[in-house]
Amino acid sequence: MSQEITIDANYRMPEPVRVGEETGSLTRVFQQLIFTVDHKKLGLMYIGAGLLFFVIAGFLAALMRMQLAFPNNHFLPPDVFNQSFTMHGTTMVFLVGMPLAFGFANYLVPLMIGARDMAFPRLNAFGFWVFFFSGLFLYFSYIGAPGLYAAGSAPDAGWFAYSPLTAKAFSRGHSTDYWTLSLLLGGVGSVATALNILVTVFCMRCPGMTLGRLPIFVWCMVVLSFLVILALPCLSACQIMISLDRYLGAKFFDTQAGGDAVLWQHFFWIFGHPEVYILIMPAFAITSEVIPVFSRKPIFGYPIMVAAVVAIAFISLGVWAHHMFCVGMVSLANAFFVTSTLLVSVPTGIKIFNWLATMYGGKLRFELPLIFCIGFLFQFLIAGLTGVMLAVAPFTWQLSDSYFVVAHFHYILIGGLLFTIFAGIYYWYPKAFGKMPDYKLGLWHFALFSIGFHMTFLPQHFLGFLGMPRRIYTYQDGRGWDTMNLISTIGVAIQAAGILFFVFNLIYSYIWGKKAGDDPWDAWTLEWATTSPPPEYNFAKFPVVKSRRPLWDAKHPEDPDWKHE
Amino acid sequence: MNYATTENPADWKLPSARKLGILTLILAESALFTIFVVAYLFYMGKSLNGPYPADVLEFPLLGSLALFSSSGTIFLAERCLRAGNKPGFSLWWGITTSLGIFFIYFTGAEWYHLILEKNLTIATNTFGTTFYSLVGLHAFHVIVGVLLLIGILISALRGRLHSDHTEHVEAISYYWHFVDCIWIVVLTVVYILSVRVPQ
Amino acid sequence: MTDVSPIRSYISGFLKPFIPTATASFLLFAPGAASFAAEPEASPSSEIHRIADIFAPLSRPAELLLEPTYLVLLICLGIFIVVMGVLVYVLIKFRPRGPEDHLEEPPQVYGSYNIEMAWTVIPCLIVFVLVLVSARSIVEIQDQPMPEDALKIRLIGHQWWWEVQYPDLGIITANEIHVPVSSKNGPPRPTHIILESADVIHSFWVPQLAGKTDLVPNRVNHTWIEPFKTGVFLGNCAEYCGTQHANMLLRVIVQTPEDFQKWVENQKQLPSEPKDAIAIQGKKDFYDLSCVSCHKIDSTPAEGVFGPDLTKFAIRQTLGAGVAANTAENLHAWLVDPDALKPGCYMPDMKLSPQQLDSLVAYLQTLK
Repeated sequence: MSQEITIDANYRMPEPVRVGEETGSLTRVFQQLIFTVDHKKLGLMYIGAGLLFFVIAGFLAALMRMQLAFPNNHFLPPDVFNQSFTMHGTTMVFLVGMPLAFGFANYLVPLMIGARDMAFPRLNAFGFWVFFFSGLFLYFSYIGAPGLYAAGSAPDAGWFAYSPLTAKAFSRGHSTDYWTLSLLLGGVGSVATALNILVTVFCMRCPGMTLGRLPIFVWCMVVLSFLVILALPCLSACQIMISLDRYLGAKFFDTQAGGDAVLWQHFFWIFGHPEVYILIMPAFAITSEVIPVFSRKPIFGYPIMVAAVVAIAFISLGVWAHHMFCVGMVSLANAFFVTSTLLVSVPTGIKIFNWLATMYGGKLRFELPLIFCIGFLFQFLIAGLTGVMLAVAPFTWQLSDSYFVVAHFHYILIGGLLFTIFAGIYYWYPKAFGKMPDYKLGLWHFALFSIGFHMTFLPQHFLGFLGMPRRIYTYQDGRGWDTMNLISTIGVAIQAAGILFFVFNLIYSYIWGKKAGDDPWDAWTLEWATTSPPPEYNFAKFPVVKSRRPLWDAKHPEDPDWKHE
Repeated sequence: MNYATTENPADWKLPSARKLGILTLILAESALFTIFVVAYLFYMGKSLNGPYPADVLEFPLLGSLALFSSSGTIFLAERCLRAGNKPGFSLWWGITTSLGIFFIYFTGAEWYHLILEKNLTIATNTFGTTFYSLVGLHAFHVIVGVLLLIGILISALRGRLHSDHTEHVEAISYYWHFVDCIWIVVLTVVYILSVRVPQ
Repeated sequence: MTDVSPIRSYISGFLKPFIPTATASFLLFAPGAASFAAEPEASPSSEIHRIADIFAPLSRPAELLLEPTYLVLLICLGIFIVVMGVLVYVLIKFRPRGPEDHLEEPPQVYGSYNIEMAWTVIPCLIVFVLVLVSARSIVEIQDQPMPEDALKIRLIGHQWWWEVQYPDLGIITANEIHVPVSSKNGPPRPTHIILESADVIHSFWVPQLAGKTDLVPNRVNHTWIEPFKTGVFLGNCAEYCGTQHANMLLRVIVQTPEDFQKWVENQKQLPSEPKDAIAIQGKKDFYDLSCVSCHKIDSTPAEGVFGPDLTKFAIRQTLGAGVAANTAENLHAWLVDPDALKPGCYMPDMKLSPQQLDSLVAYLQTLK
């Protein structure tokens, strides 16, 4: 089906509607937010909700770290601590990571491909509200789940809820059910949005925007969506199975009746490992846009970058049991998963090298987006290398379920993903709000958050080396863990200070920030070819696209990209 | 700076959003079914107590025939619509819907027999668990499909459907064919393979 | 042209946080217990190895798994230095030079097939080497055949304590594993540990003795240790198993063969009859109250298997699976209210009177 454009001579373009400047009462603004199907508004809502849940989950983390600052501490009782790490993990993965990914995709993908909106705008709104409701539902468990013997309250079986700990016998009350149903709902919303992204990219591109000219950001979001489509239903299957076990007496994971406890782990990690690649995709996406613009060069090796991200996605479907090296699989199985896990590091490394090569020979501009991406490169390298170490199964036999793993994935998710989220927010903030973010406040944010982050998570590698397991609410003194735990806790306060600067920057810049034009960073992708913020219809006319950098071609007609690609 | 000049948009062909959408949904559902099929295969031959598949399962011939032929009739209905033959479409679409409802009836009858006469429930053993979850998930998808078919049928009977809607109807038919394909997998794994596995 | 923000160079501002931490982590990567003060050597069998440094293995499987570990650490360190070196070089060499710098774009380079090949092939080779080394190590540790006469221990995980059985010796105890020391030069004397679980998934982890292996209900897992040094090794449950996962501690007590033999003899004997009046009263109380429904004491009517076997309770070093040292005072506090020492544990508050408390403490302390 081809796209048709008819421009009626009598048609008058409506004035661009700027976020927050809608006329009318506050009720009207609120109504517009609830009923909107505009991808830009929904994108900002996703990001806003994601940041809100981030603060809540961060607060839970602060509580846990305060409990662990000293041995034999009595700040939190064990059940509250166990609920905290479960809710912290579940929130960060499902209510922060994925919504931020979908928020960025929602806002930017139609703009980057020259489309007016997503393929299914109402499905888009549905996806957001289902996610938001699932988040509220999860947190309602704190008050809604007591059940028998007041045994419930928030879920406390860990974010991956291993059976048989989640069986009715060991998880009384309804806390696990809140976890199950919240994720089942959230999964529906995620699949809906991923479907939307895929169909939008394949079916709504403007003329000239071939798949080979898509910005790498869009490719990463396509791959992310593909992984969501394949992996989230596996999680839904898990939730259905555990619910059947708990309420209809099914025997999926009932070890007394022939069920297999390890089967849950297989099914969960078949979802869970692609999930962590889903979480890191936005980091790849944002970095691949920021580094070229602030190095003033095109991305080095575009075809290889695309191939690498596709390869990462495919290989990631086959590495799941590296989360299960200690469960007692036969040596052949262990060796297989060592191989596939090590293999996935090859395309990942290629991406890092390509980003460095993009910067090499360029003219670096140390604006906030690039500064945060440089932090990402450093931290993601460390995290990737600790991942390579963990891929070697004998090493994992010591360090699985220890603080080394906690350090590894926090270096990926905070040091990697969150830093690029900050980079992306600073980069596209002018586009969304028409104002430049404040540079000095951003530097304070970066410095404080980096110091705090390393202070918290670097010592945790060594706690793992010294035998400290995960998910313990307290520990004995004299194990050599005291000092590093204290340092780790102090880092949290510094990170919180950094976040305060970040939030303040967002608000301050919105009110007093310097006005940004259409294209404040002198960039090359299509979102910069419209006003800041864009009008509701995005583009007055479809832009011409003859290469991967349409705006470069427009600004440099003497040396356009399509001559070199 | 004016970036806007269009380049012969009439030549720009993109795939159909509706079809790609439903195909993506089918991909997601396939992943969901795969996990339940894997669970069934994993627990094959591992029940601690009976009843076992060979004891209680009978090949669902009538139900399968109904479902498979409904794929044929839905194809005929689409052909009618493309040709503009609206009464023909309503007829064949109605038959498809009825065949779908027959299938659900046959599944229900089989379950009635299994639960009340053979004492096989979802809680009896791992065979019961994986059987009812897999066949039940499929039956649930058939019910959803039947509801979609009824929706289209109502539109057709009210005279609202015409050949411009070929693509919409095609998308629904993709879903229906998918449900059929899953049934082929279920038949093979449950009614052909597992009845031959020694317990 | 559009507005471009003034270019400011803040290299030192953002590089500064990285240099100290990079150096520190580089230095701290040095393996071994060198950075941590060693415990003074008390008596051989009672030296407690509190610092469970995985880089100070004292048992053969823990040593074996360090081979691929050191290799991968070295490779990763090398990669880190090279890539970070390139990053630092790039950041310095291509930093902004001045206000005129932004007027001209640098040469636009789109890619290079040869370079891409190079940095694909080299990582693939590294991966190949690591796979081979890992596979060999996996088979060597996991598929290590146990000699016929190896000491066999059956470790059964419960929420939140360890049941320890010696099937060939007919011994059942809890929360402590006693094994004879092996020697590096003499004939190997490994201990084969069979891992099972009575409820949820647990994990056996004593870092200086072996990597961890899970205890999965309805599944039999195997691991082995072969310690070279005597002393007490501390271990934790390493798979979240509920409220008191943190306090499911394990002690592996490695003894000289003679001491181990003495311990085995003692375990096989019945505990001596209590002589004190108060202890005799305690024994009577033990059976009158419902302690017997959960706890077992050999050759007595106490047959309960829900809680730990108490036959030789008095010679154990800790109570409550490591939550407190096994002293009369702690035992008293435990019996008053187990939940105060181990919130959420399954032993209920038995609502004992002060006399019952004293007599039970006295009786339990005779179980040697």
